[in-house]
Amino acid sequence: MIRLVLRDVRLAVRAGGGFGLGLAFFLIVTVLVPFGVGPEGAVLTRIAPGILWVGALLACLLSLDRMFALDWEDGSLDLLATAPVPLEGVVAAKALAHWLTTGLPLVVAAPLFGLLLNLSGPGYVWLVVSLALGTPALSVIGAFGAALTVGLKRGGLLLSLLVLPLYVPTLIFGAEAVRRGAEGLSVETPLLMLAGITAGTLAVLPFAAAAALRVNLR
Amino acid sequence: MELRVRDLACARGGVPVLEGVSFTLSSGEALVLRGPNGSGKTTLLRTLAGLQPPLAGEVSMPAEALAYGAHADGLKATLTVEENLSFWAGVYGTRDIATALAAFDLEDLRERAAQNLSAGQKRRLGLARLLVTGRPVWALDEPTVSLDTASVALFADAVRAHLKKGGAAIIATHIDLGLDARVLDIGGFRAKQREAGAFDEAFL
Amino acid sequence: MSIWRYANPAKFMATTERLVPALSWLAAVALAVGLVWGFFFTPDDYRQGSTVKIIYLHVPAALIAINAWFMMLAASLIWLIRRHHVSALAAKAAAPVGVTMTLIALVTGAVWGQPMWGTWWAWDPRLTSFLILFLFYLGYMALWSAIEDPDTAADLTSVLCLVGSVFAVLSRYAVNFWNQGLHQGASLSLDAEENVADVFYLPLLVAIGGFVLLFIALVLQRTRTEIRARRLHALRLRERMA
Repeated sequence: MIRLVLRDVRLAVRAGGGFGLGLAFFLIVTVLVPFGVGPEGAVLTRIAPGILWVGALLACLLSLDRMFALDWEDGSLDLLATAPVPLEGVVAAKALAHWLTTGLPLVVAAPLFGLLLNLSGPGYVWLVVSLALGTPALSVIGAFGAALTVGLKRGGLLLSLLVLPLYVPTLIFGAEAVRRGAEGLSVETPLLMLAGITAGTLAVLPFAAAAALRVNLR
Repeated sequence: MELRVRDLACARGGVPVLEGVSFTLSSGEALVLRGPNGSGKTTLLRTLAGLQPPLAGEVSMPAEALAYGAHADGLKATLTVEENLSFWAGVYGTRDIATALAAFDLEDLRERAAQNLSAGQKRRLGLARLLVTGRPVWALDEPTVSLDTASVALFADAVRAHLKKGGAAIIATHIDLGLDARVLDIGGFRAKQREAGAFDEAFL
Repeated sequence: MSIWRYANPAKFMATTERLVPALSWLAAVALAVGLVWGFFFTPDDYRQGSTVKIIYLHVPAALIAINAWFMMLAASLIWLIRRHHVSALAAKAAAPVGVTMTLIALVTGAVWGQPMWGTWWAWDPRLTSFLILFLFYLGYMALWSAIEDPDTAADLTSVLCLVGSVFAVLSRYAVNFWNQGLHQGASLSLDAEENVADVFYLPLLVAIGGFVLLFIALVLQRTRTEIRARRLHALRLRERMA
């Protein structure tokens, strides 16, 4: 399974793998928002937590449809399914690789984008913490959606329709944690809920996704 | 080691294509599947590989004995030959990829990215994967597509060596590999339309 | 005699053939009585005026919207566990009815909210939850229509329904946490203090009964259609094989 993670990360980093695309997308969203709402600092400070989280979420969504579709097309998914690795493990490994190549860079780069949106002082720490806690859930939920739509031509749009409603709780608690943090309030409840969602999805969704993959391979 | 198939029926896209397939395959034996296009060779191999459930009948073999070689080679275009092969070796928990490279004459191409291989070279790499799985039963779907005569001979040699070591192979192919193999014409197992345990019979 | 014999499409068709018209008439009568009684023979509320009467559409539609999803969840589970085709098709049949009810609840809510809260839409937790439920229905139906093979579609949508249910509940709590709303408390509850007054209560019960009957009749009729479509599919496959 570690090999699968390494392979996927390596594939993403090699030419044409799309590494950094999510990050660039995140940057563009962050740059576009002030054009839309105006350059006034106070307004940006108010909306920064929400925009940063929504941007991270969309950036995450961007690369989801490749997660299984590429392996499906070239036949490696068939071969992985017959290999001595449980399919649940394959899903978990792929979700981890997706997080390493998409979620982790977002977590690291987020403070920089927070700067662009005039995020207030204490918010930076909680932005990084909430993204670090929440983005793994985004990857795992995305893996489930990708597994459902793997066999479909033009599954990308459907994938967004299926996955975005599932992202709602993560988004709410993530953005709420940053907002409270930025205003100097207690962040304990949203962070605990966020961690709970991540732990829950990590534990359960690989099984659901593997079941969906088995059906699709049939 | 023995692969035993009894009264197997399988479906493709909800339509039963094969029924009553029975055969046994022991160590050192090869079985060649023949039959016209669409007769269900791929479906049978996928069922044996456990990718789809049989409609009826049973397949018995030791756990984790089968290595499946599909139409598609499952190669990653941006990885080199060596990286592709070591990945599968790692997945199957084996180390040695040198033998596999040598058997399919890929040593000179080690460092080349899979996207820069010719169709035949890709196929050879796909077949080399079988050697690193270390599994006794090979189930191969048209393994010789896009191979030239010399490469077909390499492949036949690899199968012979595998059989000699106590392995077994079940191969869907149309060309004569020069193997000492039984032939199973699956045209004779075509599912009859009514008796078949179709998923949709309740709706008829 | 077990309930599972209705899992046989032929048996199901034979039974529902007579059941659907009867249920439809019952639904029509109950709806007519409930709505006419509610609209014309109840007094205006002393605070909300006549606008309150929209509850005779709003509350039953909202109830059905949620319970249709529960019915789909149950049907999906039955399909996954016992592989009864009728069950999967019933889940498929319920989705468009459920989504329509959700839409009715949302629209009547907006119409009611405008004079009451002074706005067509507010990000009130309950409204937001219904909007999310609406999205879940859309995704579920889109997945059904995207997959060609009926059994694959049934399997995948069932898994989505299961996972979606968990997330729908989670979203409900998340949304509650995110915004304490302006919605009034439950209209129907055992807690007498919160209850709507009796004069409104009885016609509301009749209207709800009518909506439930309507829902059952629609789902059964749509299931019949799905069974016929499936039969067509099976016949085509057989023809292709011959």
